[in-house]
Amino acid sequence: MLPDQLDVKVTSQPLHGSGVLRFVRECPPYRWAAGLCSVFGIQSRSLTVAVPYLWLLAFFLAPFLIVFKLSFSEILIAMPPYAPLYEMAEDGYLQITLHLENYSLLFQDDLYWKSYVSSLEIAIVSTMLTLMVGFPIAYGMARAPRPWRLPLMMMVILPFWTSFLIRVYAWIGILKPEGFLNMFLTWLGVIDEPLIILHTNIAVYIGIVYSYLPFMILPLYANLEKMDISLLEAAADLGCTPFKAFWKITFPLAMPGIIAGCFLVFIPAVGEFVIPDLLGGSSTLMIGKTLWAEFFNNRDWPLSSAVAVVLLLLLVVPIVWFQRLQAKREAQLN
Amino acid sequence: MMISKWSWFNKTSIIVGFSFLYIPILLLVLYSFNESRLVTVWGGFSTKWYGSLLQNEGILGAATVTLKVAAMASTMATILGTMAGFSMSRFGRFRGRTLFNGMIYAPLVMPEVITGLSLLLMFVAISLDRGMWTITLAHTTFAMCYVAVVVQSRLTSFDRSIEEAAMDLGCTPLKTFFVITLPVIMPAVASGWLLSFTLSLDDLVIASFTTGPGATTLPMKIYSMVRLGVTPEINAISTILIGIVAVGVVITSVLHKRREAQRAKDEMLASSAP
Amino acid sequence: MAEASSQARKVWAPWNEPGAKPFVRIEGVTKKFGSFVAVDNISLDIYEREFYSLLGPSGCGKTTLLRMLAGFEMPSTGRIIIDGEDMSTVPPHKRPVNMMFQSYALFPHMTVEQNIAFGLKQDHLPKADIAERVERMINLVQLNKFAKRKPEQLSGGQKQRVALARSLAKKPKILLLDEPLGALDKKLREETQFELMNIQEKLGVTFIIVTHDQEEAMTVSSRIAVMNHGCVEQVATPSEIYEYPNSRLVAQFIGDVNIMESRIAEVLPDRARLNVVGIDAPVQTGRSVNAAPGEIAWVAIRPEKMVVSLTPPADTSVNCLSGVVWDIGYLGKLSVFHVRLEDKSIVTVAQTNRKRETERTITWEDKVYVTWSPDAAVVLLA
Repeated sequence: MLPDQLDVKVTSQPLHGSGVLRFVRECPPYRWAAGLCSVFGIQSRSLTVAVPYLWLLAFFLAPFLIVFKLSFSEILIAMPPYAPLYEMAEDGYLQITLHLENYSLLFQDDLYWKSYVSSLEIAIVSTMLTLMVGFPIAYGMARAPRPWRLPLMMMVILPFWTSFLIRVYAWIGILKPEGFLNMFLTWLGVIDEPLIILHTNIAVYIGIVYSYLPFMILPLYANLEKMDISLLEAAADLGCTPFKAFWKITFPLAMPGIIAGCFLVFIPAVGEFVIPDLLGGSSTLMIGKTLWAEFFNNRDWPLSSAVAVVLLLLLVVPIVWFQRLQAKREAQLN
Repeated sequence: MMISKWSWFNKTSIIVGFSFLYIPILLLVLYSFNESRLVTVWGGFSTKWYGSLLQNEGILGAATVTLKVAAMASTMATILGTMAGFSMSRFGRFRGRTLFNGMIYAPLVMPEVITGLSLLLMFVAISLDRGMWTITLAHTTFAMCYVAVVVQSRLTSFDRSIEEAAMDLGCTPLKTFFVITLPVIMPAVASGWLLSFTLSLDDLVIASFTTGPGATTLPMKIYSMVRLGVTPEINAISTILIGIVAVGVVITSVLHKRREAQRAKDEMLASSAP
Repeated sequence: MAEASSQARKVWAPWNEPGAKPFVRIEGVTKKFGSFVAVDNISLDIYEREFYSLLGPSGCGKTTLLRMLAGFEMPSTGRIIIDGEDMSTVPPHKRPVNMMFQSYALFPHMTVEQNIAFGLKQDHLPKADIAERVERMINLVQLNKFAKRKPEQLSGGQKQRVALARSLAKKPKILLLDEPLGALDKKLREETQFELMNIQEKLGVTFIIVTHDQEEAMTVSSRIAVMNHGCVEQVATPSEIYEYPNSRLVAQFIGDVNIMESRIAEVLPDRARLNVVGIDAPVQTGRSVNAAPGEIAWVAIRPEKMVVSLTPPADTSVNCLSGVVWDIGYLGKLSVFHVRLEDKSIVTVAQTNRKRETERTITWEDKVYVTWSPDAAVVLLA
């Protein structure tokens, strides 16, 4: 009697365990994925496209259309703080009221159009500065002894993995009037009075160059590293000075890398918020900062939507241009 | 090979360049161990700011929220992004392909303020309660595009004949993906996950737009502290975050080294074989 | 022993038996990629236990045809029937054929054993059966010492054998081989050719092989289909292809050949007479020609079937050309003479170096006679 009962107890425990194990082993992901597909009567292939597709439609395209819609409506003191765009009129017609005030305001109030212009200006200047700082570094890396190259590249990528906010914050301590830079320069005897850099556009330039430097170096390095050194030797052999060889051979061949690097710096710089907010001053106008202020401080959702739409239109031009260029280069390569 | 020598110019530009990249970070780390409350004046070595950090419930709470969001968002982004990357590289021209490609690449160049604003407006429009979940959805959306690009570029250099071999040996296409393709591209998928995780940890702007009451992420917390002024506590948090990244990098490079050594051994084995 | 098996081979020719049922039927198959026609209306019959080669230059459509047999491409038109079943729309994982890939396509994350077991696991065979079969395959390709290694730890030749074992493990009705020896060096390739033939004979599986290497095709095949621009030029046994090519293209693709444009002078039931255009040399052949006198045809003669000599032969009126030695290539086992004829065209003659001699009896600028027997010449109409 007793042994029988014991047997049951002893065997039931491991059976339970192995049952779970067996279930896991016999139902690998492809099996339940296939089961799921057959339940809904769809092919796994179409599911693979459909899921990310629908996700992006819902969380990327739809939100953007809402921004677009909202940019035509009126501000209300309510929650949510905007008036509906269309109403059912009494006679059953759909009445749509498009308010263009938001857009006309953008062009009338010089705060906005100056923000756009100054954003572009800051982005262009800092892109050029990043190129000037990044090119020698990328060039030096590409000409470094081979075993050095991978570690150097890792070191360029490394800061990218650390927090952007922290890297910007680090510069506050350096640039402020009693900061490290001024202490160092005073100690050298170069200056008597602290330089005012923090809360000026110069600090914004430094911040952008510092934050986006990896984006410039990586494409440049990839491009320069591929370059055949014997080209320079051939140029020297044909009587070209090293300086001239740089401008006539290296620079033109590095052009695709330069364009890619500038694009990668310029595009995010235009819409930048954190850098102008933390390093820039009250006179630093950048559109990302203006949008943020309009949204969080003035709570004018329709107007900030209009600001976003116009900002996107500004960015579409360089993006499309860059895409065309890439497509053309690819077509040439094939 | 005269030019391939490392000239003084190249050396100088590398030294100056890397100093520019690393000195701010080093100063930040160094002054987190400063006794003095004044961030730029050295008052002796101390770890007291780390101690006070551990008592700060606001920061610990924010760190928990951030880690939760990052873990969930990066996992979802990896699944969705892998599907998207696979569709882009394998399914040729399907209907709506151009729009799909556009939606994958657009978030990469979209200013964060716009992404954040648009997502918030949608959450309001469908009256979704804002908080940790809305941040997770937002992070998933933009991180999946990065994963898709990483996975797609891995798949373009993928030898498709091994998939064909699996199907030829009787494996269905779906199973082939899980037992052949996925294990082989796993390093790319893993680095996609890591990238998503970092992007999510790092994000201030999108999280600020899409958050709701009660959900404060670490970057939001740091940002509000920074706005009030530079304090040694921020240096301490920053040092911890940098330390985590540094440890991660050291581990991956050790693993990489080991793999390289293994590969060298394999090659020896292969070449010594008859 | 070798004699006996070659004797057996000669008798075994199902393609000549009127009642034999083909194992694989390719019926009017065309494959288009956009406007490009990769395979153009091909029909072939392949019999059980054959070692069938698809031979042609790269881009001739041979790989596309093979991929359609495996199921990776669907024919635009036409049908593929394997063992009586229409396979045209069956996906690859449901076909009774296996393929050995040019790149070997070994799964990099699995060991040799796991690679070979992969196909068997898909059929959900019992574990013991799988283990036993894997062991047999490993023995067959002599990889016992390497069973636990990953593909990265193997040399090219070993990878090739793993790929072979993996594709044979499921006992397919047909094995498709895409340039199976293309990645090996010359010496290993020659050894492996014979190994492949042995394995094929031992297992009795039908092999269909794609190759651009004509020597390889000649060595291993029961029959060869010569392809060009998506069309099949000729299907025949290796010796038939070599000795009786049906066009200039086939003749030139397989081995070296002298081709002389000629005008047909006389057609008789057992022979034909032609005149080489330009030098007006009469040629007599050992077979009749299916053409009328006055038409243009091409006389093809293999270099090794010609004889070069300093003294004129007994009969200079037919199958004899005279010229000057223009170039000599000494290749060890044979010497190649380039003889320049009156009309400045060059004829290549290969002669076996039977005697050991360091001083050449025939040298540059010598006036020589080139002769051949009537059997040596083939008349091509295309």
